[in-house]
Amino acid sequence: MSKFDGDDADRRGFLKCMTWAGTGLVWTLAGGVPASIGLEAAAATQRTTPFSFVQISDSHIGFAKPFNPDARVTYREAVAKIARMANKPDFIIHTGDVSQLSKDSQFDDADQIIKESGLTVFHVPGEHDVLDEGNGKAFLDRYGKGTKGAGWYSFNHAGVHFVALINVLNLKAGGMGDLGPEQLAWLKDDLAAYGSSTPVVVFTHIPLWALYPDWGWGTDDAGQALALLRRFGSVTVLNGHIHQVQQKVEGHVSFYTARSTAFPQPSPGAPGQSPGPMAVPADKLRSVLGVREISFVARNHPLPVVDQTLAG
Amino acid sequence: MPSFRFAAIAAMASSLVFIAVNVASAAAPAATVSIDNFMFTPMTVAVPAGATVIWVNHDDVPHTVRAVDGSFHSQALDTDERYSFTFAKPGVYSYYCSVHPKMVAKVIVK
Repeated sequence: MSKFDGDDADRRGFLKCMTWAGTGLVWTLAGGVPASIGLEAAAATQRTTPFSFVQISDSHIGFAKPFNPDARVTYREAVAKIARMANKPDFIIHTGDVSQLSKDSQFDDADQIIKESGLTVFHVPGEHDVLDEGNGKAFLDRYGKGTKGAGWYSFNHAGVHFVALINVLNLKAGGMGDLGPEQLAWLKDDLAAYGSSTPVVVFTHIPLWALYPDWGWGTDDAGQALALLRRFGSVTVLNGHIHQVQQKVEGHVSFYTARSTAFPQPSPGAPGQSPGPMAVPADKLRSVLGVREISFVARNHPLPVVDQTLAG
Repeated sequence: MPSFRFAAIAAMASSLVFIAVNVASAAAPAATVSIDNFMFTPMTVAVPAGATVIWVNHDDVPHTVRAVDGSFHSQALDTDERYSFTFAKPGVYSYYCSVHPKMVAKVIVK
């Protein structure tokens, strides 16, 4: 608790959030970055949480290169891992790049596989999902029922407000991810209905923070979205796109990028690399792919965010 | 009759010329742009009006070729797929990959 000593603003925010069902989101309220742990330790945790959900990302169904000749196989392993979780998640969030090339057959395969989890899945598109002639119409027709604008939406679950943002459409030459004025206006209206003690989870494909702009790993107008989110005591931003775990805390906002289930990418700005698939030895592949479990837990719970690889 | 014969020969001659031009442009585009490692190479190509430029994607990820002014755009190009466009009018055509918009380049048509 020493983190809060001498920081009244944080303490106030902390106490305010604690009014939410008597619990809080440790990773945002503690102001630190939680450590990832091994699978054995995760399995040993008690079922004491009000609820949990899972993030899965970048399944790239259709991807086929020698080091991962069939992305359906690793996706199926990831889904099986979710099905085996000790704490049954309430739902899955897929943060985009379901497919490699936006083909119907790829979406069909992905749907068939994730159905094996038996859970509801919430989607946002990645840039690989909007490559059809209609610039994402195929994805929207399939996953976007009841959404607003180009497919953005929000929902509430157990007192938490979830917001799905799309930042892979109408990308401008020389730019990065883009939310656009229409979506930002919607976000402003959407958030206006919630008090600042409501925990908020935002999920999107491309990082909302400027993780590595030279590789396009950021969102040009994310600052406007974050300005709208700043008043909330607990904001968690989940994204995919970069196929590795990266974390950052900025005030009450915590950012987490996720692993892919298909292939890894180089660390940001790695010399001589580009933001594409990074070949790894076959026996190492599953150690760099994975899923993420996010639990809404009692405040002393040490493991709110757990990244699990497909290895072991 | 003589005038008919002349017309027939002229028609034959012009169709021969037409075929010859087509063969030439298919065999040797004015410029080929290679997509490697998330870059268009070369980033600037200069061609005469009427010339065809071909793009070939050598990356493991799909890319597109999209004019900033919207005058041309490819479908998503998977590995080893190609796209070509014939530039009728002189001008400077900036384009980018709409999937990875940090990838920018241009075609100068003289």
